[in-house]
Amino acid sequence: MAHLSLKQIEKSFGDTDVLKGVSLDIEDGEFISLVGQSGCGKSTLLRIIAGLETQDAGDILIDGKPVNDTAPKHRNIAMVFQDYALYPHMTVAENIAMPLIMTRLPMHARLPLIRHLAPSHRRQKPEIDAHVASVAKQLHIDHLLTRRPAQLSGGQRQRVALGRALVRNPQIFLMDEPLSNLDAKLRVKVRREITELHASSGLTFVYVTHDQVEAMTMSDRVAMMQNGRLLQVGTPNALYADPATMDVARFIGSPEINMLDATIRDGALLFGDNRLPIDLHNTGKVHVGIRPEMLMIRNMPDLAYAEAHVNGITTRFETATVEDLGPEVLIHGRLTSQPDTDIRIRAQKSASYGTGARLAHNRHLDVIIDPSRLFLFDEGGKRLHPALEHAAIPMQLETAGAA
Amino acid sequence: MAKALSPLQRAQTRLAYILIAPATALIVLIYIIPIILVFLASLTDYTLVSDYFEFVGLANYQKMIGDAVFANALSNTFIYAAMFLPASFLISLVLAIAIQDRKQFRSLLEVLFFLPVTATLSAMALVWGALLDSRQGVINSIIQSLGFAPVNFLGSENIVLFSLTLISAWSVIGFNMVLFLAGLTAIPKNLYEAAAIDGADHPLDKFFRVTWPMLGPTAMFVAVTSSITAFKLFDTVAILTHGGPGRASEVFLYLAFLEGFEYFNMGYSAALSLVFLLIVFAFALAQTLFVDRKVQY
Repeated sequence: MAHLSLKQIEKSFGDTDVLKGVSLDIEDGEFISLVGQSGCGKSTLLRIIAGLETQDAGDILIDGKPVNDTAPKHRNIAMVFQDYALYPHMTVAENIAMPLIMTRLPMHARLPLIRHLAPSHRRQKPEIDAHVASVAKQLHIDHLLTRRPAQLSGGQRQRVALGRALVRNPQIFLMDEPLSNLDAKLRVKVRREITELHASSGLTFVYVTHDQVEAMTMSDRVAMMQNGRLLQVGTPNALYADPATMDVARFIGSPEINMLDATIRDGALLFGDNRLPIDLHNTGKVHVGIRPEMLMIRNMPDLAYAEAHVNGITTRFETATVEDLGPEVLIHGRLTSQPDTDIRIRAQKSASYGTGARLAHNRHLDVIIDPSRLFLFDEGGKRLHPALEHAAIPMQLETAGAA
Repeated sequence: MAKALSPLQRAQTRLAYILIAPATALIVLIYIIPIILVFLASLTDYTLVSDYFEFVGLANYQKMIGDAVFANALSNTFIYAAMFLPASFLISLVLAIAIQDRKQFRSLLEVLFFLPVTATLSAMALVWGALLDSRQGVINSIIQSLGFAPVNFLGSENIVLFSLTLISAWSVIGFNMVLFLAGLTAIPKNLYEAAAIDGADHPLDKFFRVTWPMLGPTAMFVAVTSSITAFKLFDTVAILTHGGPGRASEVFLYLAFLEGFEYFNMGYSAALSLVFLLIVFAFALAQTLFVDRKVQY
């Protein structure tokens, strides 16, 4: 277990600045995800933590001690690679045993042929085998120990990679998109196993992913990166309910947040033919973000509807397509007042779904926009925090609490 | 039970045979028939100077067993191979590993070491002959200027095979190096990264834990092709030593050549050629069996 501290990490490859001063404190035993689109620098940051790359500037501290010049093997970290990087010529047991052999045996006991003469090799071998066996048992791969990686499925290889990382009792566990080579069903399963592993081991986990669902579901905190900078660091709920920038709002959440162009003039927010009084000194163009489940549809028996809790303005919506997600529907369409912008609405089905007035047959719906659930961003994408007049009190408390 | 073929299947089968016919005909014409003819010739006492010959059965093969000249050629070939194989294998491996990590000059070095492969060996043999000359050779001048006695590279019975090894190794190292480089390039980088995290960051550990095992198929291929090359030694012997001094550099193929085209014993020469073919075939077989099986990581 260890506290990991990154201070102003910079890195460039040639002319490309990959990391532009990243600072991050990761608590002892925390599960933190580095998330962002490919090329945002998250993998490079992880490799710098591992010691596989050296930063151009900045410091890395593990438990307060700088490790800038420490070799990867002395940082007491373990890493699971995206394609697992198992040694193809070794059996599962040999793969898992590798870190133990390297740390416990002296050089002469590791060389081919000569090692059979070394007493330490003979003395340590049973211990190493026992250790490997116990880790394999923990990961339920003890029946695979004599196989080679090529004979394993993707999920089994993943476990071997985890085993090789676990066996060395690391302080910090680094993972570089470990689920991206698994099929969707297995991914959900392994996701839970990794979360459980984190809980049972109590180790510090740094997890790199481009998948916001993985980041949201697994992490204590999510660090969202873009273009070599951290956009926002916080709990999954903070990033979802209180995004600091438009890019965070867009990246986190599925289906994607709805973005509308709007204008602020004379103390009111104008979009389409809608007008919301607003307490904000800015004027000019802004972007309005509304999460798909925050749009309510009025008078539609197919959908569960809690009108009593919703304040807001009502506007017309034209349905294009309806996707059935099981318990919910995802309605694609646009606001009549803003026909150029695609809007997604996610709504709970009602108990009488499909019996009454059919959702699919109603091209025109009445949608309620709750001003307290809007996110406003300036033209550069930075969040604006207005005090909206119609704001419902409970909602306001929730967002304020997360901030 | 054989299923009746549909007309389409029959037409496709016919087309398949038509398509492979030219290649088959060429292989039969260029390889199979000559091998059969050589085999038939090896059963006769045919000589180039007489039209008359008769079948002598396996007499030519029997002669080989008791022939001191044949034994000498065989032993020379093996001594040469024993020097040539490690030299051409190890030096090219070390060169490939040394060059691989270089960012600058890598391609320049590759070209430099590969140049001998592109040169005609018979022409280069003459150059080496001049370099290694016992009296006027550059190499001996250097040796003498360092205060040592001159070495009779090509004229001494004890040294001549070593000198031939030197020339052959020089000509083949670039080729093996390129093969090893290809093998090294194919090793995934993240294996070395995983090894570095696992603690195997010492060059020896990296080599024995990752590089060498991953290089297995390439190494096997290089070993087999080099063995065949070793048994094919001919050009430099024919040009520089003519098997001499004495019979000290008379190797297998050169003996077959001597018997056939100097002494005109075509029957015996044919028998020698077939034994040579069998040896090469054994190596080729070993490669097919071991290499192809080991490649599937």
